[in-house]
Amino acid sequence: MLLFFLSSGLFLGWSLGANDAANVFGTAVGSRMIRFKTAAIICGVFVIIGAVIGGNGTSETLGKLGAISALGGAFTVALSAALSIFVMVRLKLPVSTSQAIVGAIIGWNFFANNPTDTSILIKIVGTWVVCPIIAGIIAAILFILVRFLVNRSRLHLLQQDQLTRYGLIIVGAFGAYSLGANNIANVVGVFIPSSPLHSLVFPLIGTFSGKQQLFLIGGISIAIGVATYSRGVMETVGSSVVKLSPLAALIVVMAEATVLFIFASQGLNTFLTANGLPPIPLVPISSSQAAIGALVGIGLVRGGGKGICYSLLGKISLGWIATPILASIITFIALFFMQNVFNQTVIAPKTETIQIQSHTTEPMEMDRQIQNKKISVFYFHENLHQAVQGNYSLSMGQIVTNSFNHFMHVKRLDEKALYPGLIGLLKGCCVGDTG
Amino acid sequence: MALMQNLTKLLISRIDEYLDAISEGMIVFQQGLLDYLENRMTDFEERMAMVGQYESRADKLRREIENQLYSHSLIPEMRGDVLGLLEHLDNIIDVAKETLTQFSIEVPDIPMELCADFSDLTVSTVQAGEELVSAVRAFFRELSRVKDHVHKVYFFEKETDRIASNLKMKIFRRDMDLSRKKHLRDVATNVAKISDEAENVADRLSIYTIKRTI
Repeated sequence: MLLFFLSSGLFLGWSLGANDAANVFGTAVGSRMIRFKTAAIICGVFVIIGAVIGGNGTSETLGKLGAISALGGAFTVALSAALSIFVMVRLKLPVSTSQAIVGAIIGWNFFANNPTDTSILIKIVGTWVVCPIIAGIIAAILFILVRFLVNRSRLHLLQQDQLTRYGLIIVGAFGAYSLGANNIANVVGVFIPSSPLHSLVFPLIGTFSGKQQLFLIGGISIAIGVATYSRGVMETVGSSVVKLSPLAALIVVMAEATVLFIFASQGLNTFLTANGLPPIPLVPISSSQAAIGALVGIGLVRGGGKGICYSLLGKISLGWIATPILASIITFIALFFMQNVFNQTVIAPKTETIQIQSHTTEPMEMDRQIQNKKISVFYFHENLHQAVQGNYSLSMGQIVTNSFNHFMHVKRLDEKALYPGLIGLLKGCCVGDTG
Repeated sequence: MALMQNLTKLLISRIDEYLDAISEGMIVFQQGLLDYLENRMTDFEERMAMVGQYESRADKLRREIENQLYSHSLIPEMRGDVLGLLEHLDNIIDVAKETLTQFSIEVPDIPMELCADFSDLTVSTVQAGEELVSAVRAFFRELSRVKDHVHKVYFFEKETDRIASNLKMKIFRRDMDLSRKKHLRDVATNVAKISDEAENVADRLSIYTIKRTI
C-alpha cells in the first residue's frame, strides 16, 4: 500500500532524474566528453548518496510549511505537483518541481484548514529569487578565475581536454550529490510525516531511520529517471540548446552544484551559526534556474549581457508565482475529489506536537522517540475523550495507564525504560490541556 | 587514467613532430630554391628529396593524429577544427614539394638580374609559412600569442604579393620570349602560393581561436 501511495512521489523523482540530470551532465554527454553510461552511473550513485545523507535539511523546511498527515493526502499532493508541471510544460512556461511541490503543500494547507507559515513561505520564495543570482555571481567569479588560469598555465589543448574531462566527472558527481540532497524533499518530503516506515538498526553499522529509507527510495527513483530517460535530454542540452565549451560547462555545473549544496547543507548551516553568522535557509531550489543564473553570469562577464534573452528571465520570474498558484489550485481540487469521491483519508486526525527533551544527540534515536511520543499522546487524547464523554469514573491515573497500554499494544514495544518518561509526558499534556 | 595520460602525451609529441616536419620542410624548401638560383643543382636535388621526405612524414603523422583523436574521442568539441587545421597546414608542404618538383622538371631559365627578386620572394613566402607554424603551435599551447603570429602571416603574405607583382612586372618588361615570360610568371606564382595557403590557414585559425576561448 505504501508503494502505491508513494507512486506519485516516485513519478516526480523519475521525471526529476530524467530532466535535471541534464543540468549536471548534459554538456559533458552532449559534447561526447563523457559517455552516457559513465555519466548515468556517477549521477545515479551520487544522487542516492546525496539524498540519503543530505536530504534532511530541505525536507524539514517543507515539513514546516505544511506537514501532510495522511498518506492519501501526500499521494494527492505529489500527484497534483506532477500535474501542475505537466500543465506548465504544455503552456511552454519554465517550471520547477520545487515550486510545484511548495504550491501543492499550500493547497493542502488550505484544504486542511491549516495556517501556512508565511515566514517560511517568504523564506522559500526569497531563496528561489536569490538562487539564480548567487549562481550567476559564483559562475562569473569562477569564469574570470578559470580564464586567468587557462591563459597563464600554457597547457596544451589536449592536456586541457584531459583535465576538463576529470573536472566534469568530479564536478558532475558533486552536482549529482547536491541535486539529491536539495531536491529529494520534492520527491518524498511530503510523505515524511505520514510515513509508516520505522527505523532499522544494523549492528555495527548504525540506524537507518524511516526518513532515510524514504530518501533512499526517492533517490533510487531519481537514479532510474537518469538511467532510463535522461539521455535524450542530455544530448539536446549538450548539443543544441546552448552551445557551451566543456570548460564553460564545467563552470556552470560547479556554480549550480555549489548553490544546490549551500541551500541543502545542514553541516554548512551549523558551521555558520557556530561562527555567529546568519544561517542559510535550507530550501529545495530549481537546478535549471540555478544553471540559467550561471549562464547569465558567464554571459555578463563575456559580453556585458548583450546576448541575454531577457524575455526568458521574465518567464522564469513568472514561474515563481504562477507555478505555486496553479499547483495549489490543482491540489485543492484533487484533495476534494480524493476525499469525497474516492473516500480516501487525506487529512489525519490532529495529534499534539510535542516539545521533547532528550538526552540523546543521535538524530535517528530522537526521531524514533518523537514518533513514539506522538502516538502515545494520540492515544491519551482518545482515552481522555472517552472519559469526558461520560465515563467519569476513570481517574487520571487510569487514563494514563490505559493510554500507555494502548500505546504498548500498538507499537508492540518492550521498552519499560520509556515508562517513567511517558507518564511524565502524559501528565504534562494533561496539565496543559486542562489548564 | 594512466592510459589516458600516456595517450595524451603521445599525441602531444606527435602534433609537435608534425609541426616540426612542416617547419623544417619550409626551411629546406627555401634552401633548395636558393641553391637553384645559385646553380648548385646537386644540392638542389638533395633538398628536393628532403622536402619530399618531410611531406611524407607529415602525411603519416597527420593520419596517425586523426586516427587517435577519433578512436579515443579526444577534444570532441574541437576535433573537427583541429583536423581541418592540420589538413590545411599539410597543403603548405605539398605546395612546397610541387614547386621544387616544377623547378626540377621544367628547369626555368631565370635571368641573373631577377635572381635577387626570386630570392626575396622565396624568403618572404617561407616566412609566412614559418609564422603560420608558430601560430598553430600557439593555438595548442598559448592562445594569447596566436594573434601576434597570425598578424605576421598576413604581413608576409602581403609582402610576398608585392614582391611577386614587382617580379612579374619586371619579367614582362624584359626582352624575352613570351613563352619564357609566361613560364617565369608561373614559377613566381607557385612560389608565392605558399603564402596564399598560409593566409587561408591563418583565417581559419583566427576563427578556431575565438571558438577555443572559454
